[in-house]
Amino acid sequence: MRLKQLLGYALFAGLTALSPLMAPTAMAEGPLRIEITDGVIEPLPFAVPAFQDDGGGAGNYASNIARLVAADLAGTGLFREVPSSAYISSITSFASPVAYEDWRAINAQALITGAVSQSGGNLTVKFRVFDVFSGQQLGEGLQFGGSASSWRRMAHKVADIVYSRITGETGYFDSRVVFVSESGPKNARRKRLGIMDFDGANVQYLTDSSSLVLAPRFSPTGDKVLYTSYETGFPQVYVLDVASVGRRALTSKEGEMSFAPRFSPDGTRVVYSLSAGGNTDIFTMNVNGGGEQRLTSAPSIETAPSYSPDGQYIVFESDRSGTQQLYIMSANGGEARRISFGPGRYGTPVWSPRGDLIAFTKQNAGRFHIGVMRTDGSEERLLTASFLDEGPSWSPNGRVIMFTRESQGADGAPALYSVDISGRNLRRVVTDGPASDPAWSPLLK
Amino acid sequence: MKSYALTAVLVGVLAVAGCSKSPMNAGNGFGADAGAGAIVPGSASDPTSPAYFQQTIGDRVLFAVDQSSLSPEGIDLLTKQSAWLMENPAFTAVIEGHADEQGTREYNLALGARRASAVQNFLIERGVAPNRLKTVSYGKERPLEICSDETCYSRNRRAVTVLAASGLTS
Repeated sequence: MRLKQLLGYALFAGLTALSPLMAPTAMAEGPLRIEITDGVIEPLPFAVPAFQDDGGGAGNYASNIARLVAADLAGTGLFREVPSSAYISSITSFASPVAYEDWRAINAQALITGAVSQSGGNLTVKFRVFDVFSGQQLGEGLQFGGSASSWRRMAHKVADIVYSRITGETGYFDSRVVFVSESGPKNARRKRLGIMDFDGANVQYLTDSSSLVLAPRFSPTGDKVLYTSYETGFPQVYVLDVASVGRRALTSKEGEMSFAPRFSPDGTRVVYSLSAGGNTDIFTMNVNGGGEQRLTSAPSIETAPSYSPDGQYIVFESDRSGTQQLYIMSANGGEARRISFGPGRYGTPVWSPRGDLIAFTKQNAGRFHIGVMRTDGSEERLLTASFLDEGPSWSPNGRVIMFTRESQGADGAPALYSVDISGRNLRRVVTDGPASDPAWSPLLK
Repeated sequence: MKSYALTAVLVGVLAVAGCSKSPMNAGNGFGADAGAGAIVPGSASDPTSPAYFQQTIGDRVLFAVDQSSLSPEGIDLLTKQSAWLMENPAFTAVIEGHADEQGTREYNLALGARRASAVQNFLIERGVAPNRLKTVSYGKERPLEICSDETCYSRNRRAVTVLAASGLTS
């Protein structure tokens, strides 16, 4: 029986214990593969029939999970869903053999089938991926479980595995985004920290709007957030525990302002900028306090530091040349090498999780752009252009960039957008109201 | 007798000012009755008041795009601010640095810090005790004007000296 091929990774527990699935198995050798390094691709057509109701009143979950898997895949721009109205045959049993010819006829190159059962408030999700044109299953079927309230996470996990099997890269759907939720008029904006799934669902607020807050950043494990708050009347760096929403100030020296914090890749250090006497430089300290170390000391502005994924280097912006440009230095400071040389100004550099690219904000000729360049400054590409785009954040797999786009004028307001690093698939991320400063979490565990 | 009358007028003014959103108007009304040279405490006609500092001297200086150097007009205004602060030692001040929206959030915070510091340094050079002055940068977070062109931007690139009464600790 096919079902015996399913691996039993059933973990009936709450959301936090929805633990790692097995790593995707070796890629099938076959034609079903998107090479997403190519400049232009034709989206790969797939079909996701409603998952089977395997009992316990799981019917709604079965169809909602299939819909969300389809939305995740289609949302990448790398896949295109074949609508169910085109289906020739239907899936009536998760165990039955697939009628490949019926899916070939409608040009569904990938087929995803699944089944969901419910028992005692927990769901069990099983799914398979088929390479329709070669007529074989792609990788092994998988099964996992979790509480019914975490059905969206289970759908995102299914989509991550499908994405991974077809592209050969890890996915990014089972992830969260921390951001600044904004309200009120432009000259009296109220801001609070929000956290949501990468697709805008399940929003929670982490702070109230009583103090201005800016630019939250996740820890490498996603359980803590660094941000800047005006709680004391002066901007200071805070660290917040996502689960308890407890927070504490990391810096609070009289007469100094600190901002632009980010974690080191091992999560033990914080790099940030500090303004004293009008001069802004880059410092690091332990996330648990103490161990301050100055990394730059120049009369120019040094800010927006970001570690390389191996923790060896820091990319940052400085106006030491007269305009904002990007530089890389050792994580212990010292000589910095300039990497941006094009026209205009460059700021907010962020090292990609793959290590090969640096995303940045560019200002040139009255327009703002989100762009990427290699770490030596070569192959600069601008991905967006608008009145005001800024603050790129990488998806956990380094494939997508989320950023803030603010519209012009008295009624102007910020919104979150994402774009593929190819420059395609610019999309607005749905939020309740104006939002800014997104920061993407790592893939959840 | 005359001094008694003046006191009565002042008490009346304070009562009115206390429940008025607009002490300037209240001051004008009573100022006329009390004759030229009458002082309305707390209003812009009182040279020792924050309102006078804000409205008559001017509480803010403006900056060119991406600059933090003081203009000749700014230097004139800050010279008067420093004289006022020297004559009114009961006040401390927080100098707020601001930027227009053309620029990234982090850079504008740093730029606002430069502007606030430029004002702070000038006031200290002119004799104001350093422990009476603090700075804060709001970057582009608190624009005064909300349009997206130079008429608004030029007013948003500012450093504002905000007075607080006494107390050298925050």
